[in-house]
Amino acid sequence: MPNLKDLKTRIDSVKSTRKITQAMQMVAAAKLRRAEEAAGAARPYAEQFNAVMAGLAGSVGEGGPKLLAGTGSDQVHLLVVMTSERGLCGGFNTNIVKLAKARAKKLLAEGKTLKILTVGKKGREQLRREYADYLVGHVDLSDVKNVGYINAQDIAADILSRFDGGEFDVATIYFSQFESVISQVPTELQIIPAKFEDAEGDAASTVFDYEPGEEEILRELLPRGVATQIFAALLENGASEQGARMSAMDNATRNAGEMIDKLTIQFNRTRQAVITNELIEIISGAEAL
Amino acid sequence: MADTMQFELVSPERKLASGQAVSVLIPGADGDLTAMPDHAPVVTTLRPGILVVEMDGGKQEFAVTGGFAQVTAEGATVLADEAMPKAEVSSDVIQERISAAQEARDNAQGAERDDAEKRMADLAALLDAMV
Repeated sequence: MPNLKDLKTRIDSVKSTRKITQAMQMVAAAKLRRAEEAAGAARPYAEQFNAVMAGLAGSVGEGGPKLLAGTGSDQVHLLVVMTSERGLCGGFNTNIVKLAKARAKKLLAEGKTLKILTVGKKGREQLRREYADYLVGHVDLSDVKNVGYINAQDIAADILSRFDGGEFDVATIYFSQFESVISQVPTELQIIPAKFEDAEGDAASTVFDYEPGEEEILRELLPRGVATQIFAALLENGASEQGARMSAMDNATRNAGEMIDKLTIQFNRTRQAVITNELIEIISGAEAL
Repeated sequence: MADTMQFELVSPERKLASGQAVSVLIPGADGDLTAMPDHAPVVTTLRPGILVVEMDGGKQEFAVTGGFAQVTAEGATVLADEAMPKAEVSSDVIQERISAAQEARDNAQGAERDDAEKRMADLAALLDAMV
């Protein structure tokens, strides 16, 4: 039977754990709202951008720049795995990594060459166990408080310089799409060669004048498209991370509460048992006289 | 002919302006152009400069550092790399961009060097326009 002092210590420790998880949940809730706002604010740009690019890509057709048409081979694949810098957010990182691993396995089975670029410490730690030989780079965002477009541009510049150097043929990003607090969907998105969803109606059918030329514009816009997609992914990831952390901490708080209840009952029973024991001793002592 | 058209100014981080505009002066890479309702469809890249929108509520000016614009008969959409209301921009911010461009020029060669050179000149012109 555990003694009373041990039980008391345990209850106190679980209580302080609950305080911490509760605080983390509230912090995550506040950060989530901000992250959602940021993601919402960035959406119009991404949508407009895609609409314009779809029109452009449609009119250029075959034989465009490499970023659009590809290198003509799909031997070397670069997986850009975007995860968080901090843990304690449930299955958020694991889910993204799991999706990337499934793809990596498939690619290796097909005999393709695999390269992995990680963004965020947590994904790197998980991938290092199995795919350490394929990791080609890492982007550290742990010092960045609020992800800005500039961060996305840096990542895009890194990827593009690798592409220009002929290091890979196809690039795919892995991130988590934010749906709601309880649902974040791990997503893969091919960014090089670029794919644009066909815009409906007007945009596609209108014939635009291009100033300067079509090719110059495409050459300038395609790298920007990479940055835009990465930025959108970073923001979705930010919101997803906070959402995942919020529900993970909510669960943790609830579990801690249940544990405290259980331990308290045990504590009370033990205390009662001690009292009863003492009484029995006194009474039997008195009777023996 | 419609009197106004739909105008949107968005940067990657936020939407800066949206509404019905009478005319929009766009600092295009090959020269300024003014978009009005029923303008021929055009897509152009931007150079650093001042974008002027004439809306119902009067004129609004924004400083943009680059990006591109899509103009159709029904509207104009400007997707800027960075955009700020002109009143909020301090010359220090522009100065910073100029130093960055200068650095880029010093590191670049050939055609890239020319591009960086042009960007520097455009930024300097923007700085002049601010004062």
